[in-house]
Order: sequence, then C-alpha cells, then structure tokens
Amino acid sequence: MDNSEKLALGLSGFLLVLFFGAIMYAAVAKDIDVPTCITDMDPFVTDTLFQTGPDTYELQMVARMWAFQPSTVRLPVGSTVDLYVTSQDIIHGFKVEQHNVNLMAIPGAINYMRVTFNKPGEFMYACHEFCGAAHHTMAGRFIIEERLDEPEIIGGTL
Amino acid sequence: MSDYTFRFSKSEKRLVAVLIIIPMVLLFIGVYGGLMQTLFRAGIIQSDPFVGGDYYKGLTFHGVLNAIVFTTFFAVAFGNAIIPYSLKKNLNATIAWIAGILMLVGSVVAAIVILIGEATVLYTFYPPLKAHPLFYIGLTLLVVGSWVASANWVPMYLQWRKENEGKKTPLAVVGMFTTFIVWFIATLAVAVEILFMLLPWSLGWIDEINVMLARTLFWFFGHPLVYFWLLPAYVMYYVFMPKLAGGKLYSDMAGRLVFMMFIVFSVPVGTHHQYMDPAISSQWKLLHGIFTFAVALPSLITAFTIAASLEYAGKLKGSKGLFGWMGKLPYFKKENWFFAYLITGLIIFIFGGIGGIINASYQMNTVVHNTAWVPGHFHLTVAGPVMLAFLGGSLYLVAQFLNKEVRLKAWAMLSPYVYTIGLLIMSYGLKIGGLMGMPRRTNTGASYANPDSVLYQADWIPYIDLTVIGGSIMFVGIVMYIISFFTTVFSKSKGAEEDAIVTFPISEPLHDEPATWLRNFKPYIIIAIILIVLSYTPVIYDVLQATYGGSLPFSPDSPVPLR
Repeated sequence: MDNSEKLALGLSGFLLVLFFGAIMYAAVAKDIDVPTCITDMDPFVTDTLFQTGPDTYELQMVARMWAFQPSTVRLPVGSTVDLYVTSQDIIHGFKVEQHNVNLMAIPGAINYMRVTFNKPGEFMYACHEFCGAAHHTMAGRFIIEERLDEPEIIGGTL
Repeated sequence: MSDYTFRFSKSEKRLVAVLIIIPMVLLFIGVYGGLMQTLFRAGIIQSDPFVGGDYYKGLTFHGVLNAIVFTTFFAVAFGNAIIPYSLKKNLNATIAWIAGILMLVGSVVAAIVILIGEATVLYTFYPPLKAHPLFYIGLTLLVVGSWVASANWVPMYLQWRKENEGKKTPLAVVGMFTTFIVWFIATLAVAVEILFMLLPWSLGWIDEINVMLARTLFWFFGHPLVYFWLLPAYVMYYVFMPKLAGGKLYSDMAGRLVFMMFIVFSVPVGTHHQYMDPAISSQWKLLHGIFTFAVALPSLITAFTIAASLEYAGKLKGSKGLFGWMGKLPYFKKENWFFAYLITGLIIFIFGGIGGIINASYQMNTVVHNTAWVPGHFHLTVAGPVMLAFLGGSLYLVAQFLNKEVRLKAWAMLSPYVYTIGLLIMSYGLKIGGLMGMPRRTNTGASYANPDSVLYQADWIPYIDLTVIGGSIMFVGIVMYIISFFTTVFSKSKGAEEDAIVTFPISEPLHDEPATWLRNFKPYIIIAIILIVLSYTPVIYDVLQATYGGSLPFSPDSPVPLR
C-alpha cells in the first residue's frame, strides 16, 4: 500500500467517524432520536386526543385504507404532542411536512414520536407507503393556531 | 495476463446470449413503465395506454423487472462469462442451462402475474397486501436458479485452486464470488419470508402472519441486494475500466480488500431501512447504522483506486498538472464505447454515494424516509452506475458471445451521456420534492399534483415537471441503446461460429502486492456470520416480543380483508 493510498484510506475513515460523531452528538446532546420499541402501551383501535399538561397532549392515531383517523388536528402554537400511530389494516406511512416526524404505521405494532409545533400554520401529513388503490388520497393536516379555545380532532372515530 | 482469448462451447455461448437478450426485453418493458410513471405523477395520463391499469401496477413491474429481474440475470450471465474466461475452464453447460431455464420461467411467470394485475404489491411485496401465489413462486424460481448457476462455479474454482497453488485468484473471480456469497446469505432471509410466511399465507394454508417480522426479513435481504447489484459493476470498474482508459489498475490489493469488506459488512445493515419502524429498539437501529458507515468505506476506497487508475492512464497520455488527466480520458471515442458506460456511472455514483450516507445517518433519515428523495437517491445508484455498467456489459457480452461486431457504435457511446443528463434532472426533481414532503410510491397526478383536488400542492409542481423532463430524456437514452443492442443482435456474424473466440479487457495491476491475508474467503464469511448473528438476534427478538396479533391478507382494492 503506498502513501497516497494510506492517506486516502485514513481520510475516508476519518470522514466516516466524523459523520458518526455528529449522529451521536445529535442523539445524546440534542436528544434527537429515531422511534424505538413501545411495549408499555395497550393496543388501541380508535383515535383519541387528550391534554396531559399545560402545553402537552397525547394523540393516538389510527391509519387505515384510505384515511388517517383523525384527519384534522387543531392545536395551539407551542403544543408538544406525544404521537402514537398504528394501523388497523395494512402498512401506511406518516410524515408531517416541515416537522421531523416520520413514522411507519404497521398493523400489530405501535409507533411513537414526540413533536412540538412552534409556529402557526397548516401542516399536511400524507401517507407515504403504498397502501392500495386510493393511497394517493390518504392525507390529513395539523392546524396550529395562535389563539385556540378548545383543541379538537375532526374526521376521527367512525 | 491481459488480452488472452478463450474458446467457449457453442452451448455456453448460446446460454449467455439468451440470459442477456430475454431480460433486455423485460428491461425495456420496465423502462417503458418508468416513463409512464413520470407522466402519471404529473397528471398527464390517468391510465396506461398500452398495458392498461393504474400507476401502481406500472410501478410494480418497473421495480420488479428492472431492479430484480434484469440485475439478477446480468449478474448470472456475467459470471457465466467472466469466471470460465478468467479460470480458463468451461462451464458444466447442463447445470448452467437448468439454472437459466429456472430463472427464465420464474421471471416470465412473475411478469405475467404482475401484468394481468394479480400482484400489485410493488417490488418490496410487503404483507398484508397479498399477491397471487404464482408471483411468489416466480420470484422463488428466479432466486433458486441464480443459486444453481453460482453453485456451478464452485467446483471450477476449487479445481483451479488445486492446479494453481500459491497463485492469486483472478480479481474478477474474487469479485463475482463476493457478489454471490452476499447474494446467497441475503436471499436465505427472503426465502424464509416467502416459503414459510408469504406463500402458504397467500395459498390460504395459514391465516395470519406477523407483518413486522416479514418486513424485517425482507430488509435483511433488501440492503445486501443493493450490493449484489453494485458488485458486478465494481468488477467492471476494477477489471475492465483501467485498461479501457489505457492504463493499469492502481492497486490490486485495494480491490481484494474492498471485496472482502463487502462480504463482512453487506448484511448486518438492513435495519437502516427501518429507522422509522416500530417494534425495534433504537440502539439496534444505531448498531446497524454503524455497520452501514463501515460498508461505505470500501466504496470510498474504490473511488480513490479507480480515480488513481484513471489518473495514471491520463498521465501515460502526457497530461500535465493536478487535474490534467481528466481531460485525457477517452470519453467520446466511438470504438471505446464501453468506457462511456463506466465513466458516466462513476460520475453519477458521487451523488448516489453522498445520498446514501445521508439516508444512513440515523436521525437525518426522519427528513427523507419514504419521501420522493428515496427514489431520487436509488436512481442515482441502481439506475445509475449499476444500470449503465450492466447495459455496457450486456452489449459487450452479446457481441462477443454471438460473434458480432457492435453496430451503431456512436449511438451506443452517446446513449449513457443522454441517459445521465436525464437521470440527474429527474433525480434532482425527486430529491427536492422529497425534501418538501412529497411521498414516494404515490400517484401524485391524481391528487397532490391535480389543481382540482383539495390536496393540491402548488409548490411541488415544478419538481414534478422536472421528473417528466428528466424521465423523458432518460427514455430517449435507453431507446438509443436498445436500437444499437438489437441491431447488433440481428446483424450478420463475423465469420464462422467455430472460430469465434471471446476476449475481455483485463487490466494489469500497477501495484501488485502479495496480500496473502486476502486470499481466502473463509475467515471473512465467518466474521460476516458472527456480525449477522450479533446484529439481527436482538432485532428479531424485539420484533417478536413487541408485536401483537397477526394480519389477514388484503387486496390493494379494498379495505376489507380477503378472508
């Protein structure tokens, strides 16, 4: 192995370690993580929203062919939501635009992520895993408002 | 060692030609599907004018035919050509033909089932969407055929080792065995998924299956699959490309090290496709992330080694300065059309590789997972360097094995450049669209890109339009190739078939170290197995203990289960 090769190999290794260091920093110092195993929660089949603190909510969401339950969630600015997602039929996917929430909705399992809404606006969530003939119509939205008397969910339990 | 010729038997030659030509027809059907998808996504068409049916059927045959069928056939055909050539030993033609027929029957059956609309499940075939049992049987035959084909090479290699004690195995042979070792380990998982879960469930012998378990087994297979695609292209980069550029392979040892690293790290990485999945603990996802970074290393070494080989070639031609060699390479030489397929692929792979590292980066995956970014990424890998190297290789093989001169060489040489321009435009559109939240695998033309729909997303439209422009240019590039390919196939042979000999552009090494520690596959296979057991045991355990209930089969057309 000549010197230029050793240098290239060393730099490549260094680059990868640097990238990995950034991931660890985000995970440990900034607490930004990916979904993990949820075992302390009973399976749910209907959607619910309830307040757990002054600015915190828990939302249980059910994905099915071809709608999210609920399809509209109205919350005040500054809300932090503990979001639980599952599917009642086949695999679906859930991502909120402009927010770092991305969850697979899989039958037989519960997925979880926490998200905070810091600015007002409408944020769509579109199903992003192929779920059959009308997959492209499966979407919903968070409506985040400055002043809101009563948080609500629409298009929920059938 | 370079420029020698080898005489294949008539039967071997026919087999290689068949294994190239029939998949080329299937590839073209798939490419047509790809063009239609860009039109569907932009809302230009609502139904496929030729095949009928919807976007998702087209997406299924595009994925299955291009990414699974074409690639597997090429890898087998290329192995059937380069391994006998490098070892100077003929194939057992009977076994090779049995393998080829299994693969052909399986692929055609799967293709028909998809085209009649009985398997609209996309190429990942995630349950509980159910396909017709013949779809799973067809895929099984394709995989089993590829196992038989590669098993056929093992006695040839063992015999060669006995006769050539102390000699280095030719690099091409190391590369092809690496390809099929990775393939064999990976396909074991999907064989378990299909034979013990999907097939009996599809036939109605069992009622319910565990969706997360099936999905996890799929990705045990699904990521090494990309190395199965990539490795034959790497063989061409290491073995052919330096010679085609007029130089030498910078380091023989680097090539051997890279292949062994792929054996070790290709498999224990699959969970990085499941970062956003439930029922797998995040620390195991992180472990798979670490191994994914490890498997990026051999690609970085390859980037250096191939660039150094090309630099050496440029310097031989009298280039000056640090970057002068880049101007001295045979980019637009009609007679050297094969080089064009390899250099365009390498340029694309710069972007493909960067995108891959982004996808693998754990939390960053939250931003891109299952958005249009993902197809934007993998078109820069499997539909970039892999596809182009395989197309170049197919044309080279078919001309050699049918004893013909390549026709329309200027078209053949320009095709990869046209394709590359289209690909970069299309992938840019998909990637930026993805960052804006555009989902993958979605017929946007019927909702998000339809101005009459409540879901209309005006800011996505420019990027969807870019995919139409890019996709159309890609299609033109492929049509140029197909014309050259079939004109070659149907042209007159050069002289009598009996005299036909085959030759490959085999590069000599510039630095040729003994590298005795890289001569045996066994230790690397053992390390690979240990890593797989360590990385997958906790994942499977998590999946089994964190999931509940089973899933009945569903059709894509109804929210009511099929039984």
